[in-house]
Amino acid sequence: MTYTTFSVDIDADGIALLTIDLPDASMNVWNGALIEEFGKWVDDFTTNEAVKGAVITSGKKSGFLAGADLTMLGGAKANSTKEAFDQAFALNALLRKMESGGQSAKDLSSGKASAKPVACALNGLALGGGLELALACHYRVVADNPKIQLGMPEVMVGLLPGGGGTQRTPRLIGLQNAAMMIIQGKSLDPATAKAQGLVHDVAPAADVIANAKAWVKANPKATAPWDKKDFKFPGGAGAMDPRAVQLFVGLNAMAHKESKGNFDAIKAILSCLYEGSILPFDTALRVESKYFTKLLSGSQAKNMIRTLFINKQAAEKGAGRPAGVPAVEIKKVGVLGGGLMGSGITHVTVKGGMEVVVLDRSLEDANKAVDYSRKIIDKAVSRGKMTKEAGDAFMARITPTDNYDDLKDVDLIIEAVFERPDVKADVIKKAEAVIRPDVVFASNTSTLPITGLAKNSSRPELFVGLHFFSPVEKMPLLEIIPGEHTGERALAAAFDYNAKIKKTPIVVKDVRGFFTNRVFPPYMGEAMKLVTEGVKPALIENAAKSLGMPIGPLALLDETTLQLGYDVMQSTKKELGDAYQPSGTEDFMELMVVKLGRKGRRFGSGFYDYDDKGERLGLWQGMAEHYPLAEDQPSVDEVKQRLLYIQLIATAQCFEEEVVRDPQSADLGAIFGWGFAPYTGGPMSYIDTVGLENFVRTADNLAQRFGNRFAPPKSFRDMADKGETLYKAAA
Amino acid sequence: MTEAYIYDAVRSPRGKGRPDGALHEITPIDLAAQVLAAIRDRNGLSGEEIEDVAFGCVSPVGEQGAVITRTAVLAAGYPHTTSGIQVNRFCGSGLEASNIAAAKVKSGECDLAVGGGIESMSRVPMGSDGGAWPIDPRSAIANYFIPQGISADLIATRYGYSRDDVDAYAVESQKRAGRAWAEKRFARSILPIRDIIGEVVLDHDELMRPETDMQSLGALAPAFQMMGTMMPGFDDIAIMRYPDVEKINHVHHAGNSSGIVDGSAAVLIGTKEAGEKYGLKARARIVSMASIGSEPAIMLTGPEFAAQKALARAGMDNSDIDVWELNEAFASVVLRFMEAMNVDHSDINVNGGAIAMGHPLGATGAMILGTVLDELERSGKSTALTTLCIGAGMGTATIIERVN
Repeated sequence: MTYTTFSVDIDADGIALLTIDLPDASMNVWNGALIEEFGKWVDDFTTNEAVKGAVITSGKKSGFLAGADLTMLGGAKANSTKEAFDQAFALNALLRKMESGGQSAKDLSSGKASAKPVACALNGLALGGGLELALACHYRVVADNPKIQLGMPEVMVGLLPGGGGTQRTPRLIGLQNAAMMIIQGKSLDPATAKAQGLVHDVAPAADVIANAKAWVKANPKATAPWDKKDFKFPGGAGAMDPRAVQLFVGLNAMAHKESKGNFDAIKAILSCLYEGSILPFDTALRVESKYFTKLLSGSQAKNMIRTLFINKQAAEKGAGRPAGVPAVEIKKVGVLGGGLMGSGITHVTVKGGMEVVVLDRSLEDANKAVDYSRKIIDKAVSRGKMTKEAGDAFMARITPTDNYDDLKDVDLIIEAVFERPDVKADVIKKAEAVIRPDVVFASNTSTLPITGLAKNSSRPELFVGLHFFSPVEKMPLLEIIPGEHTGERALAAAFDYNAKIKKTPIVVKDVRGFFTNRVFPPYMGEAMKLVTEGVKPALIENAAKSLGMPIGPLALLDETTLQLGYDVMQSTKKELGDAYQPSGTEDFMELMVVKLGRKGRRFGSGFYDYDDKGERLGLWQGMAEHYPLAEDQPSVDEVKQRLLYIQLIATAQCFEEEVVRDPQSADLGAIFGWGFAPYTGGPMSYIDTVGLENFVRTADNLAQRFGNRFAPPKSFRDMADKGETLYKAAA
Repeated sequence: MTEAYIYDAVRSPRGKGRPDGALHEITPIDLAAQVLAAIRDRNGLSGEEIEDVAFGCVSPVGEQGAVITRTAVLAAGYPHTTSGIQVNRFCGSGLEASNIAAAKVKSGECDLAVGGGIESMSRVPMGSDGGAWPIDPRSAIANYFIPQGISADLIATRYGYSRDDVDAYAVESQKRAGRAWAEKRFARSILPIRDIIGEVVLDHDELMRPETDMQSLGALAPAFQMMGTMMPGFDDIAIMRYPDVEKINHVHHAGNSSGIVDGSAAVLIGTKEAGEKYGLKARARIVSMASIGSEPAIMLTGPEFAAQKALARAGMDNSDIDVWELNEAFASVVLRFMEAMNVDHSDINVNGGAIAMGHPLGATGAMILGTVLDELERSGKSTALTTLCIGAGMGTATIIERVN
């Protein structure tokens, strides 16, 4: 038989070498074709007497197998629950057949029957279904490259490892190790995998196939550990073993508090581990597939796959980049300003493989960027995450200067100087005087419109906005802002630069606040309004956290400082004059910043009290003197709804005004920009999931009760009337 | 409906629930059997008259498994015609078992029955029976499972009981228990427990520390802070369930929580006619009984609701109750109950409670029913309400009225 997704070579000993090598793909994944052909091969293998055993490996340099094709899973259609289960169980069934040789568990455990040996030669990364295939083999050899990842990251997209991963893993490495691996989606390196018992052998890459074959030859009859009569879970299992009981009490609590109970996949994984550890192996596999079916038919996995995998990857590959513009080669970048943003930008640029000339008014100021990176690199070196040589090489790629002439051979300028138009105008002129005429000038700003800044440029078509988030080396989003005159090459350069620093980019319109800073202030404003209404601050914080926000809004306001919010408010007032629209939090900010001096964590106090080291002590109890606690506190659900809908409405307004181009960008920007609950897939996905009609109705209700700021944008009302969804309407 | 009367109540002293406790060498069967034999013998019964025995037991596994009540009935030398049932309503088991015995009498199923309970915590440790509630992810997460100590600290936090408040309550419990023993207030109920050669191994509650004061309690570290704030961090789950709480105030420790002890108790319940037939003198009438469910994460607020239900069923209100008895699982539980039910401290747990004397899980409910009956007789008062807070958010209550 010939196959298209893999080759099979049978050697003189009758051992088949199955080399998976999907045509026209850079990486092996489980797709429909591979599942179908692999199933046929398993049928043939178990019955063909000429074949004595098998070794499975990959023909790709990129790795062994990277899991399931998520576009296939995302698009899976089933007419009934039974059909969905059958689809989900297909991979489990065929892997189990390979493992058991088609023999019954009873015959295997009594020793009456055994399977033909199958070994796995892992020449590179094995993730998700790739690792699960390996685990269904009787023996695993992995190449000794410490960079090889062995893991099951399904949880990241709202799924569970549905190819036996939740069952074979704990039976090999114990429930605790398995839970850590599967719930956190973290990979093991080969040495750790060997130490835990997930793989049998770590060998030089050149030897993995030979070692696997040697094992097959030496073990003509194979039985999986869990098919043996005396099998026991390492470390205990089930509902009766005190070790497992203690483990599950702790695991449930930790998973519950970390996920706030919001992630269906985490709960399903825990249940697979718990219930599966009580059941015989074949039943446990079926239960795993049932939990998988439930996840796949729910909204979370679909939304998470779409936003966190498909759309994120597309954005990072440059989906918004103008087509047909040749790649802009960027080897050396000039960063203007050695402050916090300039330092962060310098760091990620060097990390992205480029050289940086960082310029400030004095060498001393420019050196702050050097110190910033030095601190990070020293830490990495001291923790053994980087060699000293690599650290030195990293630092050698940063050149501090106070001399504009040093910018003459850079391929891109990113300015991150003080957020004042006159200061920006000055550096634009000075830099443009020395750089090559084709060099793109990017301005990092969170507030100043790009078109206005571009007026200071002699080549506005090469002028583009980049909005980095702080701390730059940690925050994953990059807003790319074309101004009125920004040309395609400048936009392309922004994407080509981003491809190197590996942020998630979205293109946003050149309006005040761009996208994320249009949504963030109303969200913060709502939290402040709740305080002024006498809602317990703890309830506000906990409601936000239970929504899935990483930190409470009041703590966040303390971090970004109330002073900043106050300054922005003052400057907006000044700039807009009579056109200024009061947000309703003016008096409150005035009280906190001016009268009470509680300006934020950096200043020693805010919504919270802090100790000398800036450690949060607790919510400031004095707030009730200024805003007495309401007799009737709202329910947590009401507070959650207000904090959620204020974000949804502001996002919807941005979408209506085309501040973001598509629902994809809005969802990515929300999750990676300000930490919007990732399990929803983003605000647009959330609205589609609850339904536009439901969204409009809830927003109307909130507007009636709490004010017009909750009123849904007209276009959303129209789409609701037409029964549309945001993603379909935009497609 | 037929009325049910309490004819007698017997309890063992409570031994420390540890390998060095006085009752550790006594098997749970033997401990329960001695109590069962006593309540039969001191009432001049042969055992045949007692139709059914319901005993609470919270960890009914190992040597407390396989319906321990039936095994204990046989070990006590009852005729094989007396049946036995083991009841589990966590900490309310002993009272629930008494209520079941009363219900059997009231419904006409039995003329004479025994309720009670047994728990040898030194021999079958708490939690030995496992259970899906905290370990099955589907139940643990849906119910915001947190251990009781965290729930007790949550009650203290929500209702504003300081460390001093709970410690002061504990000091008073020790003082009252000390006085009760000094004045022999438990004499009628206590059955000294004997070993297999007939020697008394324990004739008093072994755990008491009447000398306890604020200073000695102040030296104890909060017991639930670690599991609350560090591993695995149950405080966060408590706060998720009660999001108006910023931070849990960990106030409970071994000195203001119920002690781990071994013990058993029995209550003889029957119809008026049965009493007459066997020459028994009724001591109290069962006025009403109730069990309720309450929010399971905070878990221990059930008594107020159980009490309210029992009062409503009896057509009574707070002012009709002379003496209140609430199991002292944790100090905050009693403080909250007093506040919710507007009960004066001088009217509740007048002879101390589990903080001083210990809480043999399956038996406590029957023990304190006997304690409050003794107190009604001693003080000449009429009506008492007995209740307990219960795991997973429940409450059981019984109202009795002295009849002579």
